[in-house]
Amino acid sequence: MTPAAHDSGAWEWVVGLEVHCELQTATKLFCGCRNRFGDEPNTNICPVCLGLPGSLPVLNRQAVELAMRIGAALHCSVRPSIFHRKNYFYPDMPKDYQISQYDEPINVGGFLELPDGSRVGIVRAHLEEDTGKTTHVGGGGRVGSSEYSLVDYNRAGVPLVEIVSEPDIRSAEQARLYVSELRGILVATGASDGRMEEGSMRVDANISVRRVGSEQFGTRCEIKNLNSLRSLGRALEYEARRQIELLEAGETVVQETRHWDEEANRTTAMRSKEEAFDYRYFPEPDLVPLDPDPAWQRAVAASLGPMPADRRARILEVLGGTEASAQRDQVGVVVNQALDDLVLTAVDHGAPGSLALARAANEAAANPEAARRLDPKAFAQLILFEASGKLSSTQSKEVLGELLVRGGGDPEAIARAKGFEALAADALAAVIDEVIKANPAEWDSYLGGNDKVAGALIGKVMAATKGQADGKVVAAELRRLRSSS
Amino acid sequence: MLVAGELAGQIRRRERSAREVVTEALDRVAGGDAAIRAFVRVCADAALAEAEALDRRIAAGEDPGPLAGVPVALKDNLCTKGLETTCGSRILEGWRPPYDATVVERLRSAGAITIGKANMDEFAMGSSTENSAAGPTRNPHDLSRVPGGSSGGSAAAVAAGFVPVALGSDTGGSIRQPAALCGVVGVKPTYGLVSRYGLVAFASSLDQIGPLTASVGDAALVLEVIGGHDPADSTSIDAPVPRLSDAVEAGVEGLRVGVCLELIDGVARDVEARVREAAEALSGAGAKVEDVSIPELRYGLSAYYLIAPAEASSNLARYDGVRYGLRVDAPDAAAMNKATRTAGFGAEVKRRIMLGTYALSAGYYDAYYAQAQRARTLVTRAFDRAYAQVDVLLGATSPTTAFPLGAKVDDPLAMYLSDVCTIPSNLAGHPAMSVPFGTGDDGLPVGVQVLAPALGEKELFRVGGVLESLAPPIALPALGALGSVERT
Ligand SMILES: [Zn+2]
Repeated sequence: MTPAAHDSGAWEWVVGLEVHCELQTATKLFCGCRNRFGDEPNTNICPVCLGLPGSLPVLNRQAVELAMRIGAALHCSVRPSIFHRKNYFYPDMPKDYQISQYDEPINVGGFLELPDGSRVGIVRAHLEEDTGKTTHVGGGGRVGSSEYSLVDYNRAGVPLVEIVSEPDIRSAEQARLYVSELRGILVATGASDGRMEEGSMRVDANISVRRVGSEQFGTRCEIKNLNSLRSLGRALEYEARRQIELLEAGETVVQETRHWDEEANRTTAMRSKEEAFDYRYFPEPDLVPLDPDPAWQRAVAASLGPMPADRRARILEVLGGTEASAQRDQVGVVVNQALDDLVLTAVDHGAPGSLALARAANEAAANPEAARRLDPKAFAQLILFEASGKLSSTQSKEVLGELLVRGGGDPEAIARAKGFEALAADALAAVIDEVIKANPAEWDSYLGGNDKVAGALIGKVMAATKGQADGKVVAAELRRLRSSS
Repeated sequence: MLVAGELAGQIRRRERSAREVVTEALDRVAGGDAAIRAFVRVCADAALAEAEALDRRIAAGEDPGPLAGVPVALKDNLCTKGLETTCGSRILEGWRPPYDATVVERLRSAGAITIGKANMDEFAMGSSTENSAAGPTRNPHDLSRVPGGSSGGSAAAVAAGFVPVALGSDTGGSIRQPAALCGVVGVKPTYGLVSRYGLVAFASSLDQIGPLTASVGDAALVLEVIGGHDPADSTSIDAPVPRLSDAVEAGVEGLRVGVCLELIDGVARDVEARVREAAEALSGAGAKVEDVSIPELRYGLSAYYLIAPAEASSNLARYDGVRYGLRVDAPDAAAMNKATRTAGFGAEVKRRIMLGTYALSAGYYDAYYAQAQRARTLVTRAFDRAYAQVDVLLGATSPTTAFPLGAKVDDPLAMYLSDVCTIPSNLAGHPAMSVPFGTGDDGLPVGVQVLAPALGEKELFRVGGVLESLAPPIALPALGALGSVERT
């Protein structure tokens, strides 16, 4: 028994996650306004997404298609569905109701298999519209003390898919793994850019605790404001501990919504069940039922590319099926950062898989955007140099760093320029040899102790290598040749 | 009385100019509307400019369309770009929509010229046009009486002869009942036949825009112009509008007409008598007339007063003081919402928001809203059974002729009963028309209601055309006298 398990005794966590994902559509869910992050406030707006009197929503076909792609990737079935109105007052919600799917969502009943082999059930993945964004000005940015608030409606009406898991998650690690895997799937479907930091993926967690072996659920709390995998893990750890302490002290957990305070590293109560909004859901009369025809559903399912799990399996396969856990983590990183091609191409060129994987998962993944632009053949060549001993691991990493910074290039030339190797020495020695043969008088003079001609010889080597050689390295090599002759 | 079709013909043939026609309409409004108050806003300059532009196009050989130069009044819940649209409410004071409703665009591209916005019950909630922030509209036939509502301004503008055509909206009878009380033709089309884009919503699943006109033929003409699919309204029917103008002249030979007992039970004796006479007239014109009973219609009123307020409570949430219209400042957003809505909405609107909020609340939804939807289905199925027997139904539009101002303002239930005969068609999404047919014992107009199944507009207009040709004449309001009536 691990110390942690011992400390928490016979308690078990029961966690379900709700992940909101902004869809990468060209336009918003119910109007033709651009769906784009970061534009000047209130520029992507129209009567519909401002909820002006008389305006009406029209459903975006591309959003439905992306929702179906997500559903298919999560093994859900597509059902005839309808939209509801969720009624509550908030300044950044233009109509003071949100159009959302309620008890008849588009996708139901799927699952997500995690890299550790565990499976988390998916209750539903439904479509809804996003709200605008409020900024409280003055008074420390808090709503209560601010002088005034500014609302940006560019985000109002942006399509979201909310993915609701079964309460199948049992640890912080599993929760992080779930969100990370889900992010990979959302990116792979083309539905989302998966950027949590920009808010295009947002997570709410429901957590309760119970005695191991109990079939009954405890009273749960919902935690909001989880903006990263790190805060998700920490919030769950904190909240589980809080609930266990309450129960062990003979007290009860109150069902409520709690806010994760990142700085204070704790959750605080937002509102209890009694104070919970009555959203007065009812079917949205301005929209008609959504019933995608089966041919469309089949076409969408058939157009799905490989999911992260398939790609991990492929890499493990070319690596020779090694199941070492360290390597699985590296494979996970490579797949999440979409660097599969680097590893697969390197192996294809005869490079050892484990080395290619390590460089891709560590050095390349540290600068993922540059790494995705890298020519996989250049990466393969570099790994081959390192594998053959022509570059030390330190040198190889340095050359890789240079490749990433430059956005490409020839690894051999970079290594030579840096005066690295074996490889560089071999090549440089050949050039110097030619320069000596072509300039016997200068060489004799140098051998005779005239150091002034060294500059001319170095200059000729530099010219022959088109400036790639390192002058100091050439000088050192000339001295070595003189002393050994 | 002015007939839009003839007027447009004269203008297209250059026998009269649009400018002349529009100027006359504006003069009539200037002379008579101080007493009637059909308009909350007249846009004389814009109308004259449009008329002149239209005349230039005609001079250049263009044909501006079937409503060329016809002056129209628009109910003030239809969005007009740059022209204040207030729905008879303080809460929308000063709001100028940045866009035109689809029907407004279609009227314009058919050559019609908007001369103003017509008064209405606040957010179309009412049956007398007394619930307006602008004050009540009066019935041109008797200024001490209401014009009906909620499209009372539209009905009065046509009845007074200000304009031959007005648009209204009908959620539970708001076109037909004022049409009946003012002695004009009013049509509520099949749900989805006319785009709702730009109609400020009251109850989205019931609202339909339709014409109020001086003749059945004009109603057909206008419906042909404003009807038809609109991609901006998801509930719009994707089918062409039938040629209704032809139907007006087609007669009723062989048509099966059912006098719906539930739509004459309990209505005033004189109103019932006119419905019976209308049935006889149709019979004389070759229709097969029989009595039909549809007992389920009696659930209509209760179902309506749950569904309509429920949808309204949500539709009217957006008037929160944040983005447009009235704002009453307060220390925080929630207090500002409350202060704004308290000051901006009238009593009837508040009553319905509360009714609707209650009907949708957790724990009450099934007993009220869901139950009302079941009753709605029941009404629709009952209609379906009746329409297996007959092609159209006949009944009263309003239980009485126009009632005196103030008679029902303090008795909401009595006011709600004004719509008892019109509500079932809204619940079912079916078309219905009110056609003037004689007068009551008080000499005021009576409207006979013709109902048809979904997309049964052709039958509706066949019956309407015949009833119009056989109706006893109604005395026209004495326009000359209107100007001298004291403004109240
Ligand atoms: Zn928009």
